Amino acid sequence: MYKRPHYIALGVVVLLTLTIVNLPSSTKARLKLGIGSLYLPLFGLTSFAREATRHTGESLQTRGQLLRENEQFRRDNQELRLQADRLTDLERENNRLRQLLQWEQRNPGKYRAGRVILREPANWWRTVQIDLGGRDGVQTNMAVLSGDGFLVGRISSVSLTRSQVVLLGDPTCKVSARVENDKSEAGIIGGAGPLESEFVEMTMMSRSAGLKPGQIVKSSGYGGLFPPDIPIGKIVDMRATDYGLTMVARVKIEANLNGLQEVWVRVK
Amino acid sequence: MISKSFKTILVLLVAFLAVFWEAAFNGIRHWFGAQVDLLPALMVYASLQTGIVTVALLATLGGRWFDKLSANPFGVTVVPLFAAGMLVFLTRDLILRDQTFAQVTLGLAASLFVPLCVLLLLLTTGHEPLFGWGTLWQLIVMGAGGAIATPIIFEIFGWLERVLGYAGPSELSFRPDREIRRGR
Repeated sequence: MYKRPHYIALGVVVLLTLTIVNLPSSTKARLKLGIGSLYLPLFGLTSFAREATRHTGESLQTRGQLLRENEQFRRDNQELRLQADRLTDLERENNRLRQLLQWEQRNPGKYRAGRVILREPANWWRTVQIDLGGRDGVQTNMAVLSGDGFLVGRISSVSLTRSQVVLLGDPTCKVSARVENDKSEAGIIGGAGPLESEFVEMTMMSRSAGLKPGQIVKSSGYGGLFPPDIPIGKIVDMRATDYGLTMVARVKIEANLNGLQEVWVRVK
Repeated sequence: MISKSFKTILVLLVAFLAVFWEAAFNGIRHWFGAQVDLLPALMVYASLQTGIVTVALLATLGGRWFDKLSANPFGVTVVPLFAAGMLVFLTRDLILRDQTFAQVTLGLAASLFVPLCVLLLLLTTGHEPLFGWGTLWQLIVMGAGGAIATPIIFEIFGWLERVLGYAGPSELSFRPDREIRRGR
């Protein structure tokens, strides 16, 4: 049943796996980077396809609008209508950028805007990859925020052009957080269930923390990883654990982790 | 008919693109709460239709590509993929590989076996993956996805073979024993 080539193949695969698993972490990271660069052309292809789709969609929409408007306002000339459409798009984009800028001015520190390019293919981790890397000043453990300023996670690994962000709810992303109430008590935000991408659990809270549904949860700044006062979410419900000694609160994350497209990385 | 080495290259190319698709497109995860893994289904095809070298290469390279784009420890997917491939490869003479039912069953089994083995490896090596009752649903989605994907992969490779392969000369209708001999 077993032939020589089978033993050879088995031996080679096991040997290679053992060798790579036992390599020093820096060498493993370099290997990962090397293999990751194979996907660079596909990143370009995806963004090109996305842009092309967007342009096609826009042009189709413009043509449809123009046809409708042409029926209603026959006397208007085509050039004016095109300009009006373009101005609307520009205004919308301008408003969005103004909002982001205002948010950036309200929040001290230096932020870099990035785009989510890949999501975690395995179901037992919660990570994304963004198009900012070491050359953009990104380093591991930097805080990552959503486009509207809510905490999303932290940078877990960095290559030259891309970084991996471990999101809230992943067991490896623990955040020291506090509840906005009179007690302002701190707890730890940790993992959640595999299907609960909108919720996380806040543990290590005392019974006298005065927790109530709807209270806002923000980062506490303890531990040094995350700056203080970054909003995370709101308490949904809570329960007693450890024979009633401590409380666990379920927090609804404000950032939409499933639809995350643009992020801020706090580089300073 | 295409050569073995070309088939190996095709399988690896499809694996490379499949891993990228899993990371780049979020539709299935958005609707069903779990992403489908296409590598086990591809491994079923490779172990039924190609040689041991292709199986080993697919496990080694496919597993590493997957781990690269994932937060998995580098190389953890290789052994489960190879084990699934070897199990099918060693029993493939007993399997009716052209039957859709066999392909679906093997795809389902492989798509459950590989993630379970990876989870087992992660949990026994001190990692802390997202694991709970929701994992059951994720396994159901992955198993169903793999079961559906396997016959599709067979179809795609069959089509590729027809399109890219050399058809071979067809047999002549001439039969020497039916020849009408003239003379005498």
